[in-house]
Amino acid sequence: MLKLENLHVYYGGIHALKGITMDVPDGKIVTLIGANGAGKSTTLRAIAGLTRAQKGSIKLMNEDITGKPAHIVTQKGVAMAPEGRRIFPNLTVLENLMMGAYPRTDKEEIFSDLDWVFSLFPRLKERQRQKGGTLSGGEQQMLAVGRALMSRPKLLALDEPSLGLAPVLVNEVFDVLRQIHEEGCTILLIEQNAKAALKLADYGYVLETGRITMSGPGRELLENEKVKKAYLGE
Amino acid sequence: MKREWRMPLTILSIAIFALFIWWAQNHLNAYYIRVLSTAAIYIVAAVAYNLINGVTGQFSLGPNGFMALGGFTVALLVLPVSQKQIVYFLQPLIWPFNSFSLPQSLFIVALLLAGIVAAIGGIIIGFPTLRLKGDYLAIATFGFGEIIFVLANNLISITNGALGIKGIPEYSTLMWTWGWAIFSIIVVSNLAKSSYGRAMKAIREDEIAAEAMGINVFFHKMLAFTVSAFFAGVAGGLLATLITTVSPSLFMFTMTFNLLIIIVLGGLGSITGSAITAVLFAFLQELLRTVEAPIQLGPIHLPGVAGMRMVVFSLLLILAMLFYRRGLFGRKELSWDLILSIFERKGEGVGTTWKKEKMKLS
Repeated sequence: MLKLENLHVYYGGIHALKGITMDVPDGKIVTLIGANGAGKSTTLRAIAGLTRAQKGSIKLMNEDITGKPAHIVTQKGVAMAPEGRRIFPNLTVLENLMMGAYPRTDKEEIFSDLDWVFSLFPRLKERQRQKGGTLSGGEQQMLAVGRALMSRPKLLALDEPSLGLAPVLVNEVFDVLRQIHEEGCTILLIEQNAKAALKLADYGYVLETGRITMSGPGRELLENEKVKKAYLGE
Repeated sequence: MKREWRMPLTILSIAIFALFIWWAQNHLNAYYIRVLSTAAIYIVAAVAYNLINGVTGQFSLGPNGFMALGGFTVALLVLPVSQKQIVYFLQPLIWPFNSFSLPQSLFIVALLLAGIVAAIGGIIIGFPTLRLKGDYLAIATFGFGEIIFVLANNLISITNGALGIKGIPEYSTLMWTWGWAIFSIIVVSNLAKSSYGRAMKAIREDEIAAEAMGINVFFHKMLAFTVSAFFAGVAGGLLATLITTVSPSLFMFTMTFNLLIIIVLGGLGSITGSAITAVLFAFLQELLRTVEAPIQLGPIHLPGVAGMRMVVFSLLLILAMLFYRRGLFGRKELSWDLILSIFERKGEGVGTTWKKEKMKLS
């Protein structure tokens, strides 16, 4: 589905990504874990076209999307729930969700997808007329995921969906991610909550200061001594 | 209210209003006609300005520059050739403007050209500046207004410099000014309601999220900026043919400041709010002339202070920011639903419901 090849990103003089190579196979959940400042969000921003990669290539279904602007990448089937949720605070929940379907032209199916998102997040259906900014943190996260799903993406890219959520809510969000995955959506999950992410993921990558230092199936990484020490606090 | 009633009601009220304008043109004295025309021109300029500042959320300070482009374009096009020879005594007017002038029947062409010139100016300015955000965009567009001002002062063979152009035929009747006012309200509010408008509002709310949703942020900012510049140019042209003279000082930053007061007091993002405040502003400007006149308070004589009106408006702006930050209408629009909901006290007449959204799309 998605292939990154030797990706380099610089912020001015800072070398943020130093050659990332990773693979997100079709129909799998892949997670990218790492500490603060490792370059997780930068990787995602580069994929979504929000940040320019100076070197390397990004391929979506064998099509080169390196350097393509964000609205083109979205049209090609990548939906992103950006870091910090970034919902539209003054639009209603329903309007927020409809913005997610913005690039789509198949009007009839948008409403069946709306029903689908409401079935995944019943809370959003109850609050559809409320303004996005009045939702609680967990509900806003659900809205961010729901909004990304409204574009009916081939690849769903999530940046720290557990950020700032109570453990109960983290489980709730991750349960929905599992459900979405079972319905055939490929997911790239960026997480600091390594334990929850690796449990869910088919495959995991560990990012350290702009480089991938380890990778392997989620379960394997969970058992790895180094990962345990550095990220799982055991 | 039933959906199918809205359109006829709107058309009916516009027709009644058109009758009033026709009556006003023929029966009111010149002073009231002038105030009404000014109000309409403020509507055109403010509604356009609100599209970029309120709906799209890009803080531009450049409408005075666009109005200047439009004002000078119309002046050059409609000023009679004989008058041009009298006015341009410092340096002769350049070709081709010195050899022709549009007759009154082609006034619409002059106005459209004024809008197009301003829109082209908007595109040229938009390319470099719309990549900027927030304060930076404000500073850059403010600079644009100043550049136009300096150019107008110094391109003497086109603008006649600081002396300005006098003796422009008074083509702006109430029908013209109010016709454009209503046209601009219809165009801008329909644009704001369209999918382009939804994208603009998303950009206002959160630019990065909008980009991640697949919205072409630069294109939509440019669209808002260009449409806004077009109507500002038309407003400048109407103003030139209303007061029959244009000079660089007419389009100084005060013009932008007036428009800013109007759109903030009316509610950033509310088209109808801007329109109503524009009318209030035009009339208040006249009523408040009393505060500029000399006042005799018993034995104390207060000399008149020119510019006191602006002090009053600035105070109003400060009070609005302190106590009524969202302005008269907030982001709501004056609609039949809103009027009815006031009477019925339903309270939810303005919210978008799923059903409504569904009807809009299908």
